[in-house]
Amino acid sequence: MTDRAPEPRDPREERLDRLREEAARTGRVTGTGVTASGGPVPPTSVAAGYYGRPILKPPVWTWEVPVYLFVGGTAGMSAVLAAAALWLGHSVLVARTASFVAAAGALISPVLLTLDLGRPSRFLAMLRVFKLRSAMSVGAWTLVAFCGAAVPAAALLAFFPELLLAGVPRGLAGGALDVALAAAALFGALLATYPGVLLGATAIPAWSSHRALLPLHFGLAGLGSAAALLELAGHRVEPLWALGLGVALVETGVGAWVELRRLGAVDRPLHSGRSGVLLRVAGVCAGPLAVALRLAGLVPWAAASFLVGALVSRWGWVEAGKASAADPVAVLEAGAPRPG
Amino acid sequence: MPIGDGLASPNQAPHRYRDESVPVGFFTDPTVCIGCKACEVACKEWNGVPDDGYAFTGDSYDNTGALGASTWRHVKFLELEAPSLGELASPGDETDPSWLFLSDVCKHCEVAGCLEACPTGAIVRTEVASVLVQDDVCNGCGYCVVSCPFGVVDRRPEPQPGAGGAFKCTFCYDRQADGLTPACAKACPTESIVFGPLERVRELASRRLGEVRAAGLSEATLYDPVDTSVGGTHAVFLLPVQPGALGLPPAPESPTIHLRAAWTSALATAAACIAASFLAFTLL
Repeated sequence: MTDRAPEPRDPREERLDRLREEAARTGRVTGTGVTASGGPVPPTSVAAGYYGRPILKPPVWTWEVPVYLFVGGTAGMSAVLAAAALWLGHSVLVARTASFVAAAGALISPVLLTLDLGRPSRFLAMLRVFKLRSAMSVGAWTLVAFCGAAVPAAALLAFFPELLLAGVPRGLAGGALDVALAAAALFGALLATYPGVLLGATAIPAWSSHRALLPLHFGLAGLGSAAALLELAGHRVEPLWALGLGVALVETGVGAWVELRRLGAVDRPLHSGRSGVLLRVAGVCAGPLAVALRLAGLVPWAAASFLVGALVSRWGWVEAGKASAADPVAVLEAGAPRPG
Repeated sequence: MPIGDGLASPNQAPHRYRDESVPVGFFTDPTVCIGCKACEVACKEWNGVPDDGYAFTGDSYDNTGALGASTWRHVKFLELEAPSLGELASPGDETDPSWLFLSDVCKHCEVAGCLEACPTGAIVRTEVASVLVQDDVCNGCGYCVVSCPFGVVDRRPEPQPGAGGAFKCTFCYDRQADGLTPACAKACPTESIVFGPLERVRELASRRLGEVRAAGLSEATLYDPVDTSVGGTHAVFLLPVQPGALGLPPAPESPTIHLRAAWTSALATAAACIAASFLAFTLL
């Protein structure tokens, strides 16, 4: 035992030696956690709130929610395009693909929404009541109604010839298809826009200060994504091209509006930090970049760019809510009378 | 040995508020709070609220941090320059900071953001007009969390018991059903927390405000937002300082005020998107 080489000095042991020397030399030591009586009072002020601690609770939502907002919005507006393509464009092929996208989204969305719950096994508790004053309740029922319409619509459209061959009267099959398509389009358009209400009608300053803009933005993102997805699926038709261009142009305006109309701390997360970066990237992809690529004739690239922008935007808005809730100044400023 | 008037105190006396459907309230008076945290302990013990960590915040003697899923009473510690507390400041060296303690709690709003937002009907208003989360109904959607203007309710994380559900102060609904005072008010040794019918609590709060203003706390106010969309609360606070300094929103609003503008935009956008799609396929 005695012939073993001495251990290298433990840095923590050396720290103790230095502390003893400092205490002997100066009569006191300084360092984290040792500012005792006579030390500075922790900063608290009306401007910074209570020790700068958050006043609000951040959203507990995880990755499923932004993805659901993207999938639900795309599927909902696909149902609108399916109805428009079949009834007015007389394009069965476009309508079929669109109704498949709608049905697929209608099946994926409840799964995403359920996964995000703290207690997924109780998803059906959502359907205990219907509350007009709760955007979450209206949204859950809208999703259920959309599923109930979009899935039969896609099935009827897919198996229409088989139904006729099986002897189902043409009027009956066509009527059922029209009812299902119409219901899917109506509930789909709501499914794409209600998330704006869901975020807007909350206590989170960055969201509630954009309560009118959010439904517009989410609806446009859904419509643009639905058109983009159909174009990527090979349906290069003029109505989709025009819708893609129009939506990207309006989204450019929306992005510029958010960028120029700054509300200080209330919507700071839209302009700075991680959420600010996400929202800017999303704004460029779904706005000017999508417009430029489309006008340059690179339609698939424009469609892909818009889809990326629409997805990243949902993520950015949820992140902005988290950052906004964490900032007490946003709440204090939201409560202060606006100058002018 | 009872403190003060014991059971003779209206704060401690047996009652029938639930059976008689009397709206009740808390009055929390920081000028007599001694920062003992008996309310926090009583709340945790009576309600079986799990621990949510043993963090050291460095913010005065407040290592609780904030109200949340597993903190339903929270004593806040403010360190103020002595003159700001007027004659109520403890005598001593004038350079010593004065402490201000405030026991925060769920406000049980008249128009409760959490209750309005709850899609399952798990959050209800009780016979005593308090706001209660029914744990056996809550599916943990988290919408109440972003709808509370005071940042009170939260979803309980793993691995705490009951994880996934939303939790907040129950106003000791179980105790009130048995005619007992909520645990925090029962344990408070200075009656800084007073429990009783809302009307009486508001009267008491006004009277006490007059007293402390006369004693030199000229900037003291009552925190009971009756003029905003919250419509008043069932937890009234006397504030010697501005609400913001204690982490209370100066102008709390029920998020339902945003519904009209948001739904108008949503319906208009939905209609516009349908119209644009139909137009595009008609014209092109």
